[in-house]
Amino acid sequence: MSRDAYVLLEDGTRFDGLACGADTHAVGEVVFTTSMSGYQEAMTDPSYAGQLIAFTYPQIGNYGVSESAMESSRIHARAAIMRAAVDYSDAPSADCGWLTWLEMHGIPAITDLDTRELVRHIRDEGAMRGGVFPGSMSEAQARDLIAAEPSMQGRDLAREVTPAQRFSVDGDRWQNVSRSDGSVFGGESVRIALLDTGVKMSIVGELTRRGAHVTHYPCTVSSDELLSSDADAFFLANGPGDPAALDYVVGTVRELVGKKPVYGICLGHQLLCRAVGLETYKLPFGHHGANHPVKDLATGLTEITSQNHGFAVLGPDGSGRIEGDEPVRWETDFGAAELSHVNLYDRTVEGLTLLDVQGGTIQYHPEAGPGPNDSLYLFDRFVNEIRNGR
Amino acid sequence: MPRREDIHKILLIGSGPIVIGQAAEFDYSGTQAARVLMQEGYEVVLVNSNPATIMTDPEVATTTYVEPLLPGPLEKIIERERPDALLATLGGQTALNLAKNLHENGVLERYAVELIGAKIDAIERGEDRDLFRETMLEAGLRVPRSAIAHTLQEGRAAVEEIGLPVIVRPAFTLGGAGGGVLYEMADLEKVIGRGLDASPISQILIDESVLGWGEFELEVMRDKTDNVVIVASIENLDPMGVHTGDSVCVAPQQTLPDRLYQQLRDQAIKVIRAIGVETGGSNVQFAVNPATEEIIVIEMNPRVSRSSALASKATGFPIAKIAARLAVGYTLQEISNDITRATPASFEPAIDYCVVKWPRFAFEKFPGAEQGLTTHMKSVGEAMAIGRTFRQAFGKALRSRELDAEPSFPEDTEELLARVAKAGPERFDHLLEALRRGHGIGQLNELTKIDPWFLRELQAVATEPEAAFSGERTFKSVDTCAAEFAASTPYFYSAWERPRPLGPGGVALPAHEVQRGDRPSVVILGSGPNRIGQGIEFDYCCVHAAQTVRESGRDAVMINCNPETVSTDYDTSDRLYFEPLTLEDVLGVCEVEKPEGVIVQFGGQTPLKLAAGLRGAGIPILGTTTDAIDLAEDRARFGPLLDELGYKAPPYAAARTPEEALQRAPEVGFPLLVRPSYVLGGRAMEIVYSVEGMQNYLERVGVIGSAGVSGKSPTIYLDRFLEDSVEVDVDALCDGDEVWIAGIMQHVEEAGIHSGDSACVLPPHSLGEEMLEEIRAHASGIAKALGVVGLLNVQFAIHAGEGLHVIEANPRASRTVPFVSKAIGLPVAKLACRIMLGEKIAQLGLPAAVATGHVCVKEAVLPFDRFAGTDVLLGPEMRSTGEVMGIARDFPTAFAKAQAAAGARLPSSGTVFLSVADRDKSAATAIATQIHDMGFTLLATRGTATALARMGIPAKAINKLSEGSPHVVEAIGAGEVDLVINTPVGTGARSDGYEIRAAAVAHRIPCITTMSGGIAAVRAIAAAAHGEPDVVSLQELYAESASVS
Repeated sequence: MSRDAYVLLEDGTRFDGLACGADTHAVGEVVFTTSMSGYQEAMTDPSYAGQLIAFTYPQIGNYGVSESAMESSRIHARAAIMRAAVDYSDAPSADCGWLTWLEMHGIPAITDLDTRELVRHIRDEGAMRGGVFPGSMSEAQARDLIAAEPSMQGRDLAREVTPAQRFSVDGDRWQNVSRSDGSVFGGESVRIALLDTGVKMSIVGELTRRGAHVTHYPCTVSSDELLSSDADAFFLANGPGDPAALDYVVGTVRELVGKKPVYGICLGHQLLCRAVGLETYKLPFGHHGANHPVKDLATGLTEITSQNHGFAVLGPDGSGRIEGDEPVRWETDFGAAELSHVNLYDRTVEGLTLLDVQGGTIQYHPEAGPGPNDSLYLFDRFVNEIRNGR
Repeated sequence: MPRREDIHKILLIGSGPIVIGQAAEFDYSGTQAARVLMQEGYEVVLVNSNPATIMTDPEVATTTYVEPLLPGPLEKIIERERPDALLATLGGQTALNLAKNLHENGVLERYAVELIGAKIDAIERGEDRDLFRETMLEAGLRVPRSAIAHTLQEGRAAVEEIGLPVIVRPAFTLGGAGGGVLYEMADLEKVIGRGLDASPISQILIDESVLGWGEFELEVMRDKTDNVVIVASIENLDPMGVHTGDSVCVAPQQTLPDRLYQQLRDQAIKVIRAIGVETGGSNVQFAVNPATEEIIVIEMNPRVSRSSALASKATGFPIAKIAARLAVGYTLQEISNDITRATPASFEPAIDYCVVKWPRFAFEKFPGAEQGLTTHMKSVGEAMAIGRTFRQAFGKALRSRELDAEPSFPEDTEELLARVAKAGPERFDHLLEALRRGHGIGQLNELTKIDPWFLRELQAVATEPEAAFSGERTFKSVDTCAAEFAASTPYFYSAWERPRPLGPGGVALPAHEVQRGDRPSVVILGSGPNRIGQGIEFDYCCVHAAQTVRESGRDAVMINCNPETVSTDYDTSDRLYFEPLTLEDVLGVCEVEKPEGVIVQFGGQTPLKLAAGLRGAGIPILGTTTDAIDLAEDRARFGPLLDELGYKAPPYAAARTPEEALQRAPEVGFPLLVRPSYVLGGRAMEIVYSVEGMQNYLERVGVIGSAGVSGKSPTIYLDRFLEDSVEVDVDALCDGDEVWIAGIMQHVEEAGIHSGDSACVLPPHSLGEEMLEEIRAHASGIAKALGVVGLLNVQFAIHAGEGLHVIEANPRASRTVPFVSKAIGLPVAKLACRIMLGEKIAQLGLPAAVATGHVCVKEAVLPFDRFAGTDVLLGPEMRSTGEVMGIARDFPTAFAKAQAAAGARLPSSGTVFLSVADRDKSAATAIATQIHDMGFTLLATRGTATALARMGIPAKAINKLSEGSPHVVEAIGAGEVDLVINTPVGTGARSDGYEIRAAAVAHRIPCITTMSGGIAAVRAIAAAAHGEPDVVSLQELYAESASVS
């Protein structure tokens, strides 16, 4: 028996559809991803905490869900918004049907609505708050719920997804995670202290497969504790929310830079940049997908990347766009930083290297999960630098 | 990296005639490439033997040659033009093979022509089975267990080693011709032998069978700095075992989890790098075992392919256009995405809809042919549909097929399931029926190996076909980016969505994404999926209509559902709607477009069938009225009109029942051309010579006794067949008052051969000025009487005794319009379109008479090699898939060129086998004399040999098949015969003639089945004895004609 549901945005725009997943409502920031597969990975990516995901690809749930596609231990996105969702579990890799799984995890979802129109609206008006509501709920009530939801700007969501205490995962767990390149990594083990603002398992997996021993720290950890650990390097994870709201983490990171190598991905990239004195800003509707071209300025090669971020780092001239493919430089509080990667879609900063201290950052998701594997080389680059110095 | 400055002139090779496996997609890719290279400031020398292509329009390239795609003519062109580079990756397998040949025989080196796009070693690694396999293994990729064989013995050993079933693929063939699956040792000789014969280098690959595995294709592009992107993934609904061209396909892939899909992506990138395609597009095909997640690389095409055209249309990423830019030095990043204009081409399209491609078959044209689908492609066209969901796309694809008759289903469950289990042209119709009857997903998956996801979705399509189309029709954009960026290129599809959402302030969001603008628009209806009788010629006319509408200051709006074509290139029109050509779908577009009018004259029968409905809905039809169309088509109205004009026509009758047909037949008079108003099965149109023949025909086509099944009996049309007459085709323009004759074509074959299958000559080679004047007067009279505004095609038969007869008149673009346009150097369809938009002939500046100092021959290309088991005779039923054009100063040379271009290169020496029907014996004697005088050895059946000997012509006698070994079929098989001239005795029977013709086709020996064809061939052989004929460009010809007139 299908139930009615609707999506309401903070500007009053309403899309009707059918309820699926858990019988409840959800509010948060409505974003869209253009990735055509990998719905389970997206839902379990902690970076989506506080957000409702609209999938631009219409057919969602086709191959069910499986344990091996989890990017964390649970679902972090607040709801799934889809054009045509199914609950099939025929795929050989499926442990469960997609809608059943959402329901089991208490996540509401909506299907059968015009997601393209929703996406065009967000594209033109920017990501905004909104919610998925059962048809039985009045619009007035829904409006109140949306109004009660804080804006993404200035929001600390890392605290909600960070682990309660320090822990390590046995590296063996990742030995069986197959990557299609089938490469074997040798070399001495390195120890990495990971500032866990909501890390994706694929990141930990890629580090571990390259011989790293990874210790997760809560994002509230002090710099003293980190510096007194036996880590060879620090790694700043991906995660949700506004980097500008995480001054306490930025403060911690500032103490680390220059002492040991520091690397960051996604939110970690933004935090490291802020820690050395660079500025971040909110993108109109973010980058969420698996098809953005990014140029590696060191090799000149374009890689197709997995993206999931709503904020970005300003260029050296204070603009959001980097014109030209030159490795422009910033003057930071820790010496020069050089642009290493640029987004060819909107010319935003996608990565930089700290030249005078050891460290580097990447805005997008080289670990894929979901998305292309073109950028896995960055883990080689990072781990080799940690192992051998620069 | 900017464009290369060290090359100036680029030779671009097209793909030649439309054949199964190589169709309009290469006109699309070649046209895009030529235009891009011209825009970049290069000189483009283009060669293609197919006149019905946009790419051979004289303004598309700097210099255009309509010449046979063979090494000889190509060398002449290279010698004349001295191009710096050759781009051969956009003209299908034909161009690639030709490039390989020109490399091997040293022509490229001799004239310092650089191969761009793919180098010779990459072509060889991609095409040569041994090298491909080796390259894949070196790159660490899995390939099927496999062996190469060059002989039957090697084949046997390999099969024993690998184990059955195995897949047999000949090297260097297109569309998998000659390939097949071997299940039993008993068939070894047949299957392996056929494969070896089909390969021009007698090499076959025998593969471990992955039948039943999932089949996936990835379209890959690479630039010279080694950037690689995947343009699209395509999943075949039919698992491995059915040629991808014959499979129902969906894009993007639906059933693989992201992790597994990314593995395919990684492997596709490895493949293009390992093969070493320097720049451009390639297609990589994979077999995936969903249970074990094993991935096997099946093949890769180091060139743009049919799938590239599909991927381009499915995503909005123009592969050929970009491949051409990459070939001259650009990188992906330097090329902008046409659709967003704000982003570079170095990305992967994200799509937010589903695309379903459906093959179009023509088995009904080839009675006796095996109907199963195999790795040997048999479809003649395809339709593509875009929907917001898979169910919408699938439903639209079903509508887009335009089937002539709805499939019927067996009552018996066993029988139904058997048809579901075996891949055939109606498999999915039967599958839907099985789902309607409640058969389970598990059972059907077991039978078909089709992924359960598709079966479940199809279950919904079968049981609730309307559910996916609830809500409102809206038009959405194909934008390459799932709406992430604003799109400025207007390429639309209809989607059904819930009623419009309300935006801020209760204002409804826009109902569709079409930005109509203020200019008046004209809708052009395309011709849908290619099929025999309705192919690229009509697309050519539609493209010309779009160009003309744009030139007139109006917006050209194209509706079509054929992904192969130039008409569905979003550059062709101001707005493209990729939609099925049904009345409902077309009216949906009209509602948004509010067009000034709709053009139905150019897309063949498809749009004509919609004309009355459109008019009924108040949509203006441009040009000739629907009443005039009806007047020409309705025999009961057209007959009296001809009588009024005083023009002769063959006697005819229309019978409502088989009994009436038998009764009326003698009144009309034999021989008779008979056809039913719709086809129930088997052969439709035939010539019968007697009441017995009539009886036999009616039984065979299933008209007798069929009324019980179909509920009504078809009307049977009887026309007196004018034996031994010459047929003539005329294309003319009329503005309602004045008529202009564009071309008069004389058929080479005598009447009775479908005009689409007959070779024809322009100007006529054996008609006197008096007759030509009578033909012009008749065509003119008919045009005016019908009130044609636009194009008119009239077919005439000139009977030796009874003079000129009108066979039929069609007030629309005919198949010959592109040929005539190329021959006379004037764009006939464009001129017609201007008339339809309101201009008068007097305003068009046309010459009073078209003067040509050259002769043009059109020859048909037949697909008999694809349909083992069918007779290879020409008849009143059209069976050709494409055409070529030969241009020369004289008829014999033009005919020889056309024959060579059609793949039936006439021999210059050797043995000619002659066997003719009694009625042709005297004509045969004349031919035999000439053949003998030219130094050929004559081989003939005993009776013919004796007759020839009596006339003093030495001929070697050989046994008929029925006389036992050594017989003629063996001689053909052994390569002892170079040309077969065999005219049929009677029809249908599995006669000696049938076996002879079949053997000739199987061994690629030219086979001529009419006496007039034989006479032309002999004259052509004589002309060819003077050496490789000269080549001439269209631009030169037209300059010459202009100076003559």
